[in-house]
Amino acid sequence: MREIKADVAIIGAGPAGLAAALSAEREGAGEVLVLDRGEELGGILPQCIHNGFGLHRFKEDLTGPEYAQRFIDEVKTKRKIDVKLKTIVLEINQNKEVLATNSEEGIFKIRANSLVLAMGCREKTREMLHIPGSRPAGIFTAGLAQQWVNLEGYLPGREVVILGSGDVGLIMARRLTLEGAEVKAVVEIMPYPGGLTRNVVQCLQDFDIPLLLEHTITFIHGKDRLEAVSVAKVNSKKEPIPGTEKIIPCDTLLLSVGLIPENELSSLAGIEIDPSTGGPVVDERMQTSVEGIFACGNVVQINDLVDYVSQQGEVAGKNAALYALGKLEQPKGVINLKKGRNIRSLVPQIISAQGKVSFFIRVKNPEQKVKLVLGKSIFQQKNPIVKPNQMITWEVPFEDLRLNDDVKELEVSIRKL
Amino acid sequence: MAEKTYNITCIVCPLSCEMRLMVKDGKIENIKGNRCRRGIDYARQEFYNPQRVLTTTVKLKGDRLPLLPVRTNKPIPRRMLKECVRYLSKIEVKAPVKLGEVIVSNILNSGANVISTKEVGSTGVYRKT
Repeated sequence: MREIKADVAIIGAGPAGLAAALSAEREGAGEVLVLDRGEELGGILPQCIHNGFGLHRFKEDLTGPEYAQRFIDEVKTKRKIDVKLKTIVLEINQNKEVLATNSEEGIFKIRANSLVLAMGCREKTREMLHIPGSRPAGIFTAGLAQQWVNLEGYLPGREVVILGSGDVGLIMARRLTLEGAEVKAVVEIMPYPGGLTRNVVQCLQDFDIPLLLEHTITFIHGKDRLEAVSVAKVNSKKEPIPGTEKIIPCDTLLLSVGLIPENELSSLAGIEIDPSTGGPVVDERMQTSVEGIFACGNVVQINDLVDYVSQQGEVAGKNAALYALGKLEQPKGVINLKKGRNIRSLVPQIISAQGKVSFFIRVKNPEQKVKLVLGKSIFQQKNPIVKPNQMITWEVPFEDLRLNDDVKELEVSIRKL
Repeated sequence: MAEKTYNITCIVCPLSCEMRLMVKDGKIENIKGNRCRRGIDYARQEFYNPQRVLTTTVKLKGDRLPLLPVRTNKPIPRRMLKECVRYLSKIEVKAPVKLGEVIVSNILNSGANVISTKEVGSTGVYRKT
């Protein structure tokens, strides 16, 4: 089998992988190799033609393709960054060996000094939700519908119901409306929308699309093609309330019910996965439980904003380069972070507590007038509001905190002010 | 004319204040529910002249994909969104197209240009030589 050597091999050429590649190159890595199964660079961004990207990073309101182009243009100028598209990674292992294949080169092995995992995420499907009823055509994940409408030029249907109010679902409600379909309702089981408020306003309210909170789909009707869905209100245990059911005729159902980090490869390498994020446990350098393997973006946790993904990609790429060059010091002591009150997920999960650490935090329940607290108030930050659909970013300057060496665990929690 | 009330959700910050506007003769008389001054500015803008950036696609010939993503280079009145999409559904462009290239200037006299948001054609698909 043919073997290729690389200083840093990056799996995935979406926003995380591209940021990691550029950052690894800047840090002095010899050869950076980016692998992606898609036909173009940018991952999911080329199909996200709406605006709202880059507000944090570039202070500009860009569309997905425009945001991607900034990275693609830079990658093209770097001689040390090599890209293989239409290439699928089959296996990775703890020795940083990558088994990959494409139609031109067959199966080949890459021996890398360090790896960056940037595989992104996948959409939850109908099968994961167990909705009763028949199995007709016309049921799509929102992201697949987005690919059809924005890249391939197909309209999935004319009368649409959307289950779940995640951002992709909201964006598609607007997109399908503008393309001439009728979106009859967005159905959300929780008492609050899953996506950003901006999207609820500009994608639903702008077009008078009803958002049915605390509702779910209880039955799917139709033999060959979807004909209707039954929708019911749910109680506090999220069980349908008898007698509240109504039938909404439709030919298309889109699912926007959550994303799952894509970690089949990570598991093959024996990388420890955090059940609360669905992604690898990482430290503040984005290093996983396997030395020399780093991870960033939606493979680590589902991010709200691509700006955060790029930020994590840069950290992972830089440290992967340092590791490949033998310049990354492994920390003396590590501190495990514990999820305290109202914390659903927390990245990084392990810190060495040297320098500044950027935390990405998701809460379980919405709350107002709270503070984020580290340990017994070693560090805190006031927050007027926290919501599960809005990731909290928190920069903690550990260099100023002078923690004792015997600190092995710290709790992060949300407390009432 | 009768008094009417409108609900507007503020999107300036994550607090998402639910504001209630009292409107008489097409003019805002009173705004309630906002927690800061920015809410009032947002509510006024949203009531009197809501503006949005339009993003959509036009037909594309000569590339791997049949569509080119486009957007207006500045916000246009919200009421013009559907009209503009209908107009753009008849537009067809040929690859190569540069990022930011003007596809339609001053669309429907809105004052905004429709520009390409993607680089397509010879350089559309990345290949290292």
